[in-house]
Amino acid sequence: MTARTSLLARVPTPARLGYRFNLVGRIGLAVILFWAVIAIVGPIVAPYPPGEIVGWDYFTPMSAEYWFGLDYLGRDVFSRILMGARYTVGISLAAVFITVTAGVLLGMVAAVIGGWFDMVLSRLLDALNGIPSLLFGLVSVAALGSSIPILILTLAAIYIPGAYRYARALAVNVNTMDYVTVARARGETTFYLISREIFPNILGPVLADLGVRFIFIVLVLSGLSFLGLGVQPPNADWGGLVRENIEGMSFGAPAVIFPSIAIATLTISVNMFIDNLPTKIRDRSE
Amino acid sequence: MAPSLLPWFYVVQRFALALLTLFIISLTVFFACQLLPGDVAEILLGQAATPEAVAGLRTAMGLDEPAIQQYVNWLTGFLQGDLGTSYANRIEISELIGGRLVNSLKLAGVTTMISVPVALTLGILAAMYRGSALDRVISIFTISIISVPEFMLATFAVLVFAVWLGWLPALSLSSAEAQSWGELLKAYAMPVISLSIGVSAQMIRMTRAAVIETINTPYVEMALLKGASRSRMVLRHALPNAIGPIANAVALSLSYLVGGVIIVETIFNYPGVAKLMVDAVATRDLPLIQSCAMIFCVSYLSLITLADIVAILSNPRLRK
Repeated sequence: MTARTSLLARVPTPARLGYRFNLVGRIGLAVILFWAVIAIVGPIVAPYPPGEIVGWDYFTPMSAEYWFGLDYLGRDVFSRILMGARYTVGISLAAVFITVTAGVLLGMVAAVIGGWFDMVLSRLLDALNGIPSLLFGLVSVAALGSSIPILILTLAAIYIPGAYRYARALAVNVNTMDYVTVARARGETTFYLISREIFPNILGPVLADLGVRFIFIVLVLSGLSFLGLGVQPPNADWGGLVRENIEGMSFGAPAVIFPSIAIATLTISVNMFIDNLPTKIRDRSE
Repeated sequence: MAPSLLPWFYVVQRFALALLTLFIISLTVFFACQLLPGDVAEILLGQAATPEAVAGLRTAMGLDEPAIQQYVNWLTGFLQGDLGTSYANRIEISELIGGRLVNSLKLAGVTTMISVPVALTLGILAAMYRGSALDRVISIFTISIISVPEFMLATFAVLVFAVWLGWLPALSLSSAEAQSWGELLKAYAMPVISLSIGVSAQMIRMTRAAVIETINTPYVEMALLKGASRSRMVLRHALPNAIGPIANAVALSLSYLVGGVIIVETIFNYPGVAKLMVDAVATRDLPLIQSCAMIFCVSYLSLITLADIVAILSNPRLRK
């Protein structure tokens, strides 16, 4: 019995390691997990097929039968929001992983190598940062079309300069530490330096940055879809759902309101989550 | 170098950097549009065109020249105010954009005049009474606004002011139809409200942060210790030193207008440059897209550079 409790006491749960989340952070995490699950199982739990016209009326108010009413064609809005989670969350997640991976790799390499490589890369990416994000998306979609892979790559490209700048600043600080100098004096390769010495020490702040970029990407994706340049009909992400039903705006149809609220719950909860990350993750220097 | 010249050195450096950025952006915009599949001459002439006609038009438009030469031609034309001709309706682009640019600038101007005083007041108040209920309400409000898409602000502004309260029309009238001042006010109200909310939220947060940073300095603490009231401490001791960062915050927040205006003009059918550009993307009217994109990038860059310059000039350590 005693052996068992002492074993239990040694189990490294997040709380024991000092990674305790406060209430606001937990609520944020719960909402994020909720939408992540919906993105996977959405079409299965949807009460009606998302693409099918189920009622003869359009822009109906909320009812027990159709929770969030019907859209402009008479499709069930609740089912379409559950399905839309897959596009909004899926595309944004794919894009944010590409962005952060590319940004962090380039940032660390620039910090370690330094010199003209660092200077040229920084100038170039700073210049790209001078393009307003939505405009970048518009031009790219105009030139390349709006298939889902193009959307993902465009959204990723928009935020690589930002992710790079952030990761580079972090890596430059770590790069001046004694243990990195020692490793370099030992004759370790650049690959070893970035993977073993620098990356583990910037991981926490990079994760927080990933959250921020995720919010930006969700907002730009929704904006593009709202302009009709994102996910193409008959599929629709949340921004696209607002666009489809925008005529219902003048009489306050739930078909316009609820997709907007879905976006807001996702972005605000990610914000709540990263603002309340345990200090141990967010800033290892403290 | 004489120390008094130091800030101007940085200012010139900023300008050079902005020009370099603009150059890279123009390259990006031009070559992104080159990626478009299909031949421009064929698109213009339609399917019935003979190969000879297409070849003739290609030569006339300079499409046979190497891409670099085309880029140089486009850039020199752009600098001289010759923006080319729209594919969709064969009108000179400078003609298409002219009036619309004025409309967009009016929208941006009115938004600035409303949001700057409101945002500065709220931001300074929040910093002055940090941690109070007022500060918390303002914080929650601004964080929520920043985390939702621009179109949602516009949609909810319409729901509140037009649908539930019934004060304003849901869609904006064109300003040409408006006869009296009252109608003009109504025409601009919804787009301006939606834009102002977004811009103000950014500005409030940044102003608050700038003022709080000054309040944390030892000389402001000194003012507190010698018994100055809270308002005197903030307004007389902290604020004069925070003016640089605040001006910087204002310029940076205004660059948010560039993204916001694209959405807001589309929702309210406002006849500005952004609406023109979104329509051009739908019809794939490349010269028009390029020109609009450059206009937006130039205004965005000017604001960001302005923010940098204000930050440099307001730094007393560089002025000695």
